[in-house]
Amino acid sequence: MLFRFIKYAFGQLIRGPLAYWLWLALLGCGIVFGGWHYYGQLRDGLIVTNMSDQVAWGFYISNFTFLVGVAAAAVMLAIPAYIFDRRDIKDVVLMGDTMAVTAVIMAMLFIMVDLGRPDRIWHLIPGIGRFHFPASMLAWDVVVLSGYLMLNLGISFYILYNHFQDKQPVVSRYFPFVILAIFWAISIHTVTAFLYSSNPGRPYWHTALLAPRFIASAFASGPALMIIGFQIIKRVIGYPISKSVISLLAIIIAFALQVTLFFIGTEIFTEFYNEGAHAASFRYLYFGLDGATALQPWIWTSLIMLVIATLILMIHRLRNNMFLLNVACVLTIIGVWIEKGMGLVIPGSVPTPLGEILEYLPNATEVSISIGIWCIGFLVFTLLAKAAAPIECKMLENRHFSKEELI
Amino acid sequence: MSRKPSDSHIDHYRRRFLKGLGGAVAAAATPGTARAAWGGNTLADTFADLFQDHYQRMTPEEIADTLARIERKAKRRYGTNITCKNTPPQDGVVYGYALNISKCRGYRECVSACMLENNLSRDMRYIQVLEMDNGSLNFEKADRYYDHRTVPAKGKYYLPIQCMHCDDAPCVKACPVEATWTEPDGIVVVDYDWCIGCRYCMIACPYEARHFNWGKPDLTAGEINPDTHFLGNRPRPTGVVEKCHFCIQRTRENRQPACQEACPTGARIFGNILDPNSEIRYVLENKAVFRLKEDLGTEPKFWYFHDN
Repeated sequence: MLFRFIKYAFGQLIRGPLAYWLWLALLGCGIVFGGWHYYGQLRDGLIVTNMSDQVAWGFYISNFTFLVGVAAAAVMLAIPAYIFDRRDIKDVVLMGDTMAVTAVIMAMLFIMVDLGRPDRIWHLIPGIGRFHFPASMLAWDVVVLSGYLMLNLGISFYILYNHFQDKQPVVSRYFPFVILAIFWAISIHTVTAFLYSSNPGRPYWHTALLAPRFIASAFASGPALMIIGFQIIKRVIGYPISKSVISLLAIIIAFALQVTLFFIGTEIFTEFYNEGAHAASFRYLYFGLDGATALQPWIWTSLIMLVIATLILMIHRLRNNMFLLNVACVLTIIGVWIEKGMGLVIPGSVPTPLGEILEYLPNATEVSISIGIWCIGFLVFTLLAKAAAPIECKMLENRHFSKEELI
Repeated sequence: MSRKPSDSHIDHYRRRFLKGLGGAVAAAATPGTARAAWGGNTLADTFADLFQDHYQRMTPEEIADTLARIERKAKRRYGTNITCKNTPPQDGVVYGYALNISKCRGYRECVSACMLENNLSRDMRYIQVLEMDNGSLNFEKADRYYDHRTVPAKGKYYLPIQCMHCDDAPCVKACPVEATWTEPDGIVVVDYDWCIGCRYCMIACPYEARHFNWGKPDLTAGEINPDTHFLGNRPRPTGVVEKCHFCIQRTRENRQPACQEACPTGARIFGNILDPNSEIRYVLENKAVFRLKEDLGTEPKFWYFHDN
């Protein structure tokens, strides 16, 4: 039976219209492009990037941070589906898990390309290597991310495999894992926040508000990606998506964005009311410091995007307009990508702990390698969705949706 | 505060700029030596490199093999005969450093002595000397790219900063693979062959004491100090982090660190803080000493003091 399942899934992957193959070819080109640049980085060292001793973490770690948030946001489907037993959400929960799996894989790849010695990655394996657990927060991050990947793959496979056999998965068998995965999802982004906030030498990050800010913004960007992704799946594969799913996600984004903006506001107040050395990175980010202003356009773009998205989502009439909702989602995704990417990582090193200001923006190599990883992400998601969606669609055939229910 | 490094400080971004102009052509023109099969290594050495165990887990035989291999590699890479030791820590010794800021004139003799002694890539400095405004300890007003040919400048004082060898070092805690640790004599060391190059220790360090080999270390054969230690100044590979190790190759043989010997004003006092008769103990007990960023709780073993 398992063999039939694998054969079926594989069969799905090699059958598709021309557009499918063109899409794969396009992603393939992107991956080769990124891979070529990565080869150069492997050969010459990270000197080919714009990073330096002063700004030792850059664009790769920025993307990593954003993607961990996307992965964590799958919980925004898991909770309504399994805790509140929402049937409509259960119908799409596997697609949310697929996105989480993809995001975790991408996050891990961004760590990989950031390593100076990827050939020594085995040093992280407990036993053969020396895994500094539980002292190192980075070791924690490895544990929570790989654990989250396993959990999501395991749960998704169990449900999908049952659906493939036209059986209903036994709730008591996978429910404990679902509960674990819900807590685990919160933990991945919390631990990632602790990675930064545990450094007293970096005042910009050293705040207890960092983890809450991470969670709040993730619950905006993740569901925003889902809304866009679900519409694409609906259009390309014909996967039935209920309107109620979209409206629930839109409400979640609206709340999460309001909390995000509130958190940003409280931090700005605390830093600037009695401004000290602690606020230097904030000043650099928002207003520029000593003539260095590279990140100013980024963060203000992000803030304006987030405010517009929040306004659209708060007003019922605007939110219920599908076009405007999509606009709000795109603004949210880009806004959080800046805010939880460059806006979070770079000011931690500007100024440096000894007060030097050396600005950082990614160079062409870093952008190219990152494009390669994003293409790998799109490829992984495409293939996983392509294999899984028909099984789910078949399962949903006997659900008899009315036309008004669906988007 | 200046973003323009002076001539003597060709730092990372400047080197990248130069590389962009001519480096790529030069690299392409000399493919033979640098990029021979196995990077100019024998197959056996390449495999031994790849599977080399953590320093603290190696048997004495494995360590001996590894040291010999390091010497062979240095010979192949730089044509220089080096000796690589692993002198152990001494009992009853914990090193500490005290620096007299009223004596320091900012000549940067310590900086260059350190570079030569420790086989640093020529664009790397373990010691940053900050030119500070009198009456202020504000790092943001500090200038690390001052011209040391015109020191001491009026209204300025000088604050050399290097690894503080914290007793509760945040970098050691941060490392996900235990590639860095505190030795029994208090020296925070790095196993360059175990580091995966994630640079989390650099993020964790409040003193910018850790440096990364972004490219191939810029080191030429004639300039290599052949007296090396596994945990110290042996030639480093690309893609790993390194830092001041209190000149472990010297101090474990009861010599002073290179920066201490080089200082023309006698501002630096290094010794065993467990020895009640040592000079450093005298300073710690009788002078008004302070430590940088003591409030972070990392317990640095590097003190500053004033004559008065």
